[in-house]
Amino acid sequence: MMTWQSIEETKRFIETDGAAEAVHRCAERIKQNDFNSFITLNIKDALSMAEHASGGRLCGVPIAIKDNISTRGIQTTCASKILTGYIPPYNATVIERLKREGAVIIGKTNMDEFAMGTSTETSYYGAVENPWNVGCVPGGSSGGSAAALAGGEVPLALGSDTGGSVRCPASFCGVVGLKPTYGAVSRYGLISYANSLEQIGPMATTVADAALLFNVVAGYDNRDSTSVKKQFDTTLPLDMKGMKIGVPEEYFGEGMSSIVEKVVWDAVHSFEDLGAEYKEVSMPHTKYSLAAYYIIAMSEASSNLARFDGLRYGHHAEEGACHTSFSKTRAEGFGDEVKRRILLGSYALSAGYHDKYYLKALKVRTMVKKDFEAAFKMYDMLLAPTMPYPAFKLGEKIKDPLSLYLTDVNTVPINLAGVPAVSVPCGFENKLPIGLQLIGNFFDETTILQAAHNFENSTDFHNRRPGGE
Amino acid sequence: MMITTNDIEHISWLAHIWLTDSELEEYSEKINPILEYFGTLDEVEGDVDAAHHVLDLYNVWRDDVPSEMLSQEEALSNAKEIKDGYFKAARIL
Amino acid sequence: MVYENKDQVKIGLEIHIQLNKLNTKMFCGCRTGYHSDEPNTHTCPICLGLPGALPVVNKKAVECAIKVGLALNCKISEYTQFYRKNYYYPDLPKGFQITQYDYPIAHDGSIIIEGEDGERCVRINRAHMEEDPGRLVHEGSIEHSRYTLVDYNRSGIALLEVVTEPDLQSPKEARRFLDKLRNIIEYLDVSDVNLEGAVRVDANISIMGGQRSETKNISSHKASEKALLYEIVRQKNVLRRGKTVVQETRHFDEAREITVSLRTKEEAHDYRYFPEPDLAPLQIADLAPMIKETLPELPDAQRGRFIAQYSIQEEHAKTLTAELKLATFFEEVLFKGANVMLASTWIADMLKGELNYRGKTIDSFSKTDLLEILSLLEKNKITEKSGIEIVRTLLDTQNQSVSRIVKGKGLLRIEGDEVTETVKQAVEGNKDAVADYKNGKNEALNFIVGVVMKKTRGRADPKKVRELIIQQLHTTQAESNS
Repeated sequence: MMTWQSIEETKRFIETDGAAEAVHRCAERIKQNDFNSFITLNIKDALSMAEHASGGRLCGVPIAIKDNISTRGIQTTCASKILTGYIPPYNATVIERLKREGAVIIGKTNMDEFAMGTSTETSYYGAVENPWNVGCVPGGSSGGSAAALAGGEVPLALGSDTGGSVRCPASFCGVVGLKPTYGAVSRYGLISYANSLEQIGPMATTVADAALLFNVVAGYDNRDSTSVKKQFDTTLPLDMKGMKIGVPEEYFGEGMSSIVEKVVWDAVHSFEDLGAEYKEVSMPHTKYSLAAYYIIAMSEASSNLARFDGLRYGHHAEEGACHTSFSKTRAEGFGDEVKRRILLGSYALSAGYHDKYYLKALKVRTMVKKDFEAAFKMYDMLLAPTMPYPAFKLGEKIKDPLSLYLTDVNTVPINLAGVPAVSVPCGFENKLPIGLQLIGNFFDETTILQAAHNFENSTDFHNRRPGGE
Repeated sequence: MMITTNDIEHISWLAHIWLTDSELEEYSEKINPILEYFGTLDEVEGDVDAAHHVLDLYNVWRDDVPSEMLSQEEALSNAKEIKDGYFKAARIL
Repeated sequence: MVYENKDQVKIGLEIHIQLNKLNTKMFCGCRTGYHSDEPNTHTCPICLGLPGALPVVNKKAVECAIKVGLALNCKISEYTQFYRKNYYYPDLPKGFQITQYDYPIAHDGSIIIEGEDGERCVRINRAHMEEDPGRLVHEGSIEHSRYTLVDYNRSGIALLEVVTEPDLQSPKEARRFLDKLRNIIEYLDVSDVNLEGAVRVDANISIMGGQRSETKNISSHKASEKALLYEIVRQKNVLRRGKTVVQETRHFDEAREITVSLRTKEEAHDYRYFPEPDLAPLQIADLAPMIKETLPELPDAQRGRFIAQYSIQEEHAKTLTAELKLATFFEEVLFKGANVMLASTWIADMLKGELNYRGKTIDSFSKTDLLEILSLLEKNKITEKSGIEIVRTLLDTQNQSVSRIVKGKGLLRIEGDEVTETVKQAVEGNKDAVADYKNGKNEALNFIVGVVMKKTRGRADPKKVRELIIQQLHTTQAESNS
């Protein structure tokens, strides 16, 4: 049975054995597990960071960073061949904030190539295994971060969530993952997939740890024009008495596992037991969210990924004149799914189709956002399944892109609207974890984190370990 | 409305992704059902403003004050080909 | 005179003006003054297009754009935003350029220039903000070079693109428009237009109502007229051969002074514009009125004021206000007490002419020196000719002063006995000319004046000399008669 590490446990370990020993422990566990959760390990540098760690809220605490977050001097690949060997000369804002608090960067975690996926199977560096069942996917795209946590390799990790990429793997790996409100965490240094949708999100084995990590990385940054001046109070817990919970009926749609449906309703009733009230609510534009999400994400991606031409960094195909060299570089450097999304995005923005796809998707986004605004006039929080089913088998869906897209049905509306949501373990199906999604109002991370904390305290799902009974 | 291999070829030019003939076929095959799914948005009625951003942010700007720059060495450090302090690209035509 | 425009020439210009008076680039804090620095030393993750870097708008750049918009009589948008223009080129580090599309910052303006037949109103369609791409160095010409070198120092410099309607009817008008625009930009203090690449022009040209060609890469002022003339002749030749002009993009090869077609697939442009998700839109209704208050006096207004206030000639006023520095120099010299008529003539005619001849600007001439010269002229201590000699000496040699030149060259005007004595000698030494004059040949008198002027090295007043000679001739006549 695997031992998990919370921040508190890690700090106790550091007090007795030292921060360097904590790094060694991570390295050993990573090697032992062999889940392929990391692309680049940073052990040597981490040991030196550990030795010099002298203060801060995360003093000496090891952390894993998704490989689409720029780390000065450490290879940052986005799990793509096209960025293999790229070493950023600068740090993302979140990295600076982590360093300021004494955190120690263990390495860069595996992911779907450019965060485009729901299973971490599109990585150039190979798929990641789910610690609960190595034949299953860990979810994606932050699959490496989730597997590293579930496998007890690190106590903390950062992921990024464009359409569920923190919450999906958190759900599939039985850990906690928060998608903050758009604008709460600086995106400076996060390699863009779909800028208007994504946020860097904290991942941990407990809600309290995720809340602390969120507090460290959140806050206004003048280098990100979409970052917002807000203070977050993440002091836990909160009395649930009188809290109004909405349960959106559209989130229990076709194709959902009946067990998932059952455990999520069980969770709703546990909140009732804690003194909250619930009601079912309808959010009528939910069913259009998925198409709108993918159109917007792909359109933005087609432009964001245009910079990878092999001239300034990354893979470079030397062949013919400039435009040919660019095209061959991109053909060789990008994987199949990334190419497909770039092609679809270019099409959605192209003359004649711009209004039908891109503009229409933006209008649907307005409607989806209005659904949420209306719901939050009546409810403090919404509860729904994070994913419609637990982790599926490696290779099961990867051949059929559309079927894979459809698994994001419950996570993408949140990104379209920009509101925060956290996924916490709420049950099992065939020994695979199930995630409960708590959705909050704009910049009200406090409510959903407090509620998740209370839920965690009143259940024991988070205490179960992969390999245990 | 089906997307043809000709359409894919044009888009692949726009996106600067070199595709072989067999890839053109493959991509149009897999892209068509996705576009068909995207087409479900046609049934959404009512005209609202397009939400380019989810937050109502305006006038986010900075003062005209210089900040730290990269050294030439840092700027060129990830390039495959450089010459005399320049990035070296293939000929244009 | 009525200008016929028999080829029905229509020219529209897109002028890219670098807002290089800013300290930093459009979307990052990199310093702007890169012109004499090594390549790729003015970059950061943002203007190098490194993955993950994000742009932030330079507020001062927005204010500069509004300034120019107001000076071009444009309407300033209350709401404006940035878009991405997607295309691939090695000078474009992100694979897109941040620019404006719908809602440009300024639109619907106009300026009046001196046209082929009187005033011509040139309408401004729009002015929008964007970022400059990097700079490409082709080994040899763009057509034959084996590789391309890229310098991103220029990447991200704030640009303002001014787009005119096709209201210009000749290359000469285009040049006058550009002169006027540069003049206004200079007065607004938003760009040093003399820096390399500070003003770059794309020109759309059509003749006889045909398709237009777009000529890019016109980087110098002189080049604009040459490129346009070449393009008109080329299009005429196409028509003469019975063919039609095709709509295409052409590149001006400045060394060869020709335009060449860029036959690339890039022709099939589809820029896939969409709003830049990394930047918030701007609501600037309150900015324009505030900036309007701070606008400096513009060239047209200043020219009018010079004529009204100082009663100087219109031509002089035009020359003086064609350059902000010249106009400032003029007013500062007046402030120090110079005579208005002398100052305007000497700055606009003499000094400007001598500076142009040497390819110099007014910066290379000191106000104190001019004041001294003007004062000597006003007190009749030197002749105009000597004045010019002083100006030339000051421009051509170093460490000189007006008084030292006057002394060293003996330029002070000679008067009285010295002149009378020279006249006497000249009359006595040129008996033939005197005889000719007495025989009614008036030209002979000019000859004697010339001799005196030569002997005095131009320091005597020729009018006075003439009087003295006539007087002298009469005296000698009287003497011989007695």
